[in-house]
Amino acid sequence: MKEKKVFKRTKGLTDIPMRYCPGCGHGIIHRLVAEVIEELGVLKRTIGIAPVGCSVFADEYFNCDMIQPAHGRGPAVATGIKRTRPDCIVFSYQGDGDLASIGMAETVHACARSENITIIFVNNAIYGMTGGQMAPTTLIGMKSTTTPFGRDVKVAGYPIKVCELLAPLEAPGYLVRVSVHKASQVMKAKKAIKKAFQVQMDGLGFSLVEIISPCPTDWFLTSLQAVEFAEKQMIPYFPLGEFKTPYKKEEVKKEAKEGIEVEYRTDFN
Amino acid sequence: MNEKILMKGNEALAEGAVRAGCRFFSGYPITPQNEIPEYMSWRLPEVGGTFIQAESEVSAINMLFGASACGIRVMTSSSGPGISLKQEGISYISGAELPIFYADIMRGGPGLGNIAPAQGDYFQATRGGGHGDYRVIVFAPNSVSEMGNFPKICYELADKYRVPTMVLADGLLGQMMEPIVYNFEPVDPKDLPEKDYTLGCAEGRERRVIRSYDLRPGYLEKNTLRLGEKFKKIEENEVRYEKINLEGADIVIVAFGTASRVCKSAIPLGKEDGIKIGLLRPITLWPFPMKVLNQIADKVENILVVEMNIGQMVEDVKLAVEGKAKVHFYGRPSGGIPTTEEIFEQVKKILKR
Repeated sequence: MKEKKVFKRTKGLTDIPMRYCPGCGHGIIHRLVAEVIEELGVLKRTIGIAPVGCSVFADEYFNCDMIQPAHGRGPAVATGIKRTRPDCIVFSYQGDGDLASIGMAETVHACARSENITIIFVNNAIYGMTGGQMAPTTLIGMKSTTTPFGRDVKVAGYPIKVCELLAPLEAPGYLVRVSVHKASQVMKAKKAIKKAFQVQMDGLGFSLVEIISPCPTDWFLTSLQAVEFAEKQMIPYFPLGEFKTPYKKEEVKKEAKEGIEVEYRTDFN
Repeated sequence: MNEKILMKGNEALAEGAVRAGCRFFSGYPITPQNEIPEYMSWRLPEVGGTFIQAESEVSAINMLFGASACGIRVMTSSSGPGISLKQEGISYISGAELPIFYADIMRGGPGLGNIAPAQGDYFQATRGGGHGDYRVIVFAPNSVSEMGNFPKICYELADKYRVPTMVLADGLLGQMMEPIVYNFEPVDPKDLPEKDYTLGCAEGRERRVIRSYDLRPGYLEKNTLRLGEKFKKIEENEVRYEKINLEGADIVIVAFGTASRVCKSAIPLGKEDGIKIGLLRPITLWPFPMKVLNQIADKVENILVVEMNIGQMVEDVKLAVEGKAKVHFYGRPSGGIPTTEEIFEQVKKILKR
């Protein structure tokens, strides 16, 4: 009987078993990023940046050169690396607390400078590593250990929509929001991640992939309930789609000359 | 032989760093160090380097973290308030054992303080303002010539020990002009030995990881003890100081940077009155010249510490002399600069003349 290989382990990940909770999206997102890096043939010249948070251990899991800096500083470190080694592919893997709270300045300014880097932004609306405190993306009314009665906008303000916040800037090459809460979305997420790395390889500037990711442990839900929560609560507030698409290479000059506005698309889904 | 040029201290420092092989600078504006990023913004592109004006000091130091991880010589500069913000990154960089070089051109503090010369960042520099067990090699120049020539030594020590090194100067040294002769030939980064820990192309080698954390029980303790051994070695081998007029001195003054220049000019005043004033100038503030001060305390009864702050280095002097001599202090903080006469008055008061 002829055997057909339909799935294989990616070389983009190490053999170290991941410590993530059951139902967590980090494992899936790690695999997607690793597969993309391998498929694009850049594994040996990729430098990854691990955040502070649950995915601090990403520096053990990604099978490429890795660096682990301070909380929220990924985009600044990525800037230093990419400017020094423009021949390398640089990605910064960050959670919502890391990217949208303590590291917001670094995120916005790396984007505004159009640093040619890729950011993988995992939005699970919670501080996971520290045990479930309110994140900048925690939904209105959502319970966390620091909003035990639900997020009250009068006290804690509104959740931050990162893609929507960055989209009006001139600089970003590619901004997209995807989700990994179910299989069909996982495949779309992979496409978006691949496109983001491609944007960097083509020198088209800052790319950011925001990924809605379930966190059953700190949402105090079962894995299945978490999927439902992502679908019914998270995605309506954080709509999926491309917020900024890169210029096509040949169009760069033309558009610059004619001053054509950047195309906004929300029909990714 | 290099020619003699007239330069501002800040510019001499920036040029010295470039000549020493610096190819990456990220910084943020703050007085009185602005000439450094301004100089770097045109000078680095000239030699194929990178200059970035960061959105904050926090970001600037983290850009350094990334660039240093890729193996090149890097620099940032600031004044006290900005160095406070950079301490987070300096701690991580120390934990990750990466070489960096930075300068603090001190101003009056605490808080926003003022923009006048001061030496109030001694504790911050020598004790670290960041968290955890780490040390930074601190050089204290007292002339434009040293501002320009110290960066090369700083880079060499940073690379040798994989630690941050810094120049601690004040607004006066940064702003004044003096002649300088660079005492070394420009370093071509291509001639520097390759480092075996840097990130980049992993073709033909194992992947590398740069991190400052280790959550495995017991491992971090072992690693920090190893760092402690490294710091001990630096303390044994890298102490630098200048001895002036110490033989048979009636009193010894200890001062660094700008204050040491004023103290030096008090020596001739003493001569007129038959008082022999000795001066010990620590050039490295960490490692501090403990041994030599301890020996001085065997021979002299009174030591006067003069600083442009309310008393910081004086604690190290007291530690060094182990109670063998009386340690006196005279300080002018936050923009006050002691005069030669003031210092001589202090000497006379101590010696009851």
